[in-house]
Amino acid sequence: MTLLLPSLALSAQPTLSWNLVADLQDMLQYPFMVHAFAAGTIIAIIAGALGYFVVLRGMAFASHTLANIGFAGAAGAALVGVNPVFGLLAFTFVGAAGMGALGRRIYGRDVAVGIVLAVALALGLLFINLYHGYATNAYSILFGDVLGVSAQDVAIALAVGALTLVALASVWRPLLFASLDEEVAEARGLPVRWLALGFLLLLGLVVAEAVQIVGVLLIFALLVTPAAIAERLTRRPGRALLLAVAIALFVTWAGIFIAYYYPYPLGFFISTLAFALYLLARIGEIGARWLQGAHPGAPTRDGLTGAAASPGAPANAGPAGAAHEAPANAPAKGQLEGGVA
Amino acid sequence: MTNASNTAEAPEVADAAPATGAPDGAPAEVVGLRDVATRLGDRTIWSGADLSVGAGEFIAILGPNGAGKSTFLRLLLGLLRPSAGSVRVFGRAPRRGDGAIGYVPQRRNLDPDLPVRGRDLVQLGLDGARWGIPLPGKARAQQRALVDEALAAVGATDYADRPVGQLSGGEQQRLFLAQALVGRPRLLLLDEPLASLDLRNQIAISQLIAQVARERDITVLLVTHDINPLLGVVDRVLYVAQGRVAIGAPDAIIQTETLTALYGAPVEVIRDSRGRVFVVGLEVADPHPDRR
Repeated sequence: MTLLLPSLALSAQPTLSWNLVADLQDMLQYPFMVHAFAAGTIIAIIAGALGYFVVLRGMAFASHTLANIGFAGAAGAALVGVNPVFGLLAFTFVGAAGMGALGRRIYGRDVAVGIVLAVALALGLLFINLYHGYATNAYSILFGDVLGVSAQDVAIALAVGALTLVALASVWRPLLFASLDEEVAEARGLPVRWLALGFLLLLGLVVAEAVQIVGVLLIFALLVTPAAIAERLTRRPGRALLLAVAIALFVTWAGIFIAYYYPYPLGFFISTLAFALYLLARIGEIGARWLQGAHPGAPTRDGLTGAAASPGAPANAGPAGAAHEAPANAPAKGQLEGGVA
Repeated sequence: MTNASNTAEAPEVADAAPATGAPDGAPAEVVGLRDVATRLGDRTIWSGADLSVGAGEFIAILGPNGAGKSTFLRLLLGLLRPSAGSVRVFGRAPRRGDGAIGYVPQRRNLDPDLPVRGRDLVQLGLDGARWGIPLPGKARAQQRALVDEALAAVGATDYADRPVGQLSGGEQQRLFLAQALVGRPRLLLLDEPLASLDLRNQIAISQLIAQVARERDITVLLVTHDINPLLGVVDRVLYVAQGRVAIGAPDAIIQTETLTALYGAPVEVIRDSRGRVFVVGLEVADPHPDRR
């Protein structure tokens, strides 16, 4: 990250044509665009993949705080003349280790996490203030600066990405088990506390990378939203993770593509695209449920015998509301799953 | 209950108290405690536990809150070491991650948005403790068959593909049971599986557990606060209270005096016109509180 925003407006304003391939070839002439796509691809993959677990483990707010801790690190690094990315990585890593050491009881509570968030942000602001450099530095860290990614940054992203994917692949099943069912996983001999710590460290690394694309304040857009969409669309863990990666890739590529033509922040495009997809997913769900409701003849399920009871039979006490009255062969939901499989 | 250990270790000291009928040529002792004590920090939870559970038995574990019932289960799971005495499970020291033990811990209701199917939950019971990504192939197909079988055994096949969070309490409990059963355990430990279920479900789940245990010759230890749904299926009752652990026949334990002393609160055991037994907690009608 060079902490300077290249101004595209200097050159002749590129125009978007409908021949997307030609547009792409056009923009890939520029090294900074190649770097942007390269870094964006790697980071979207790992953010989408890890984001699946972030949403599953209910750690969205903790991730946001890690990003802010990274902000303090990046600003501090700039202050002492070091590449801000290293400061970013170092601080998020240490922050993650700290969270792991304190345990879920602390980092699971939003009050404690919020306090740390405020302190980290304040520290970062102090460093920015002390750094008599460009004010755009803060802007870049807070909102991302993918168009300023250097070849070195891409190399770092590649290394972090490879490490993350290998680590995630090797702990996939145990991490899933521990995330869903910690007590049984522990009883089966899984080292749940080490898994939690390992996950946090990976999260620290991924957050540090993702901050370069969307910045500290919009980290949700890559880490949380794609996974949240995926987890609404399919209930199969493997598919949900792959879907999260696909969505993250789509919004990142589309975002970078559009940002080439319109001089608005990339974080804005990515966030908005992700949000639009999320809305679509929710609307789709509501529509599907409405369609189901339009055919009320299907029997409800009786949890006692596992067999179908007659409609109108009192359903068992359950946690959810209307959803659990739906018949087991939910066709609309199946279509949603099938459509994105 | 006299049992012979089936391992190469020195034969277990036979339990002095002859208890309810174990068949001759008896199967091995599944759980054995010899003068065991457990501590949490510097507090002794219970001590002097001396008992033996044989294969195929259905044991209900009773006791007031905080008495150490869950501690007892954790001991058998190898998650806790005794501060005194020796614990034997299948004739050897308890091991963490013992595949022959199925465990159903106490669970609150699941988050309705949890993005996981019942089938996936049960699948995790089979291979969740293995590292790496599952690779497609014949092993995978075999696993699927095992999962299907476990789901069928608990009657959950119809809703196995729905998100677990949207199922009713009874349905979820069946899935948790399937998850514990899929690995073909020989010992099943359940911590308050009937809590938060309505009465019909309590009876249904109790009978399901007993039926599956009978079919597969599984030994069951089940912690519960309410003995009523289990009275038809339980072999012996283990109680944990006031720093002690003991085991006995239901007829001996399910008595007004015994249970009142056990819980330190007024309890009455009633037999109805059909000879069924009910355990009823009485309200303290006496305005003078210091009656013990």
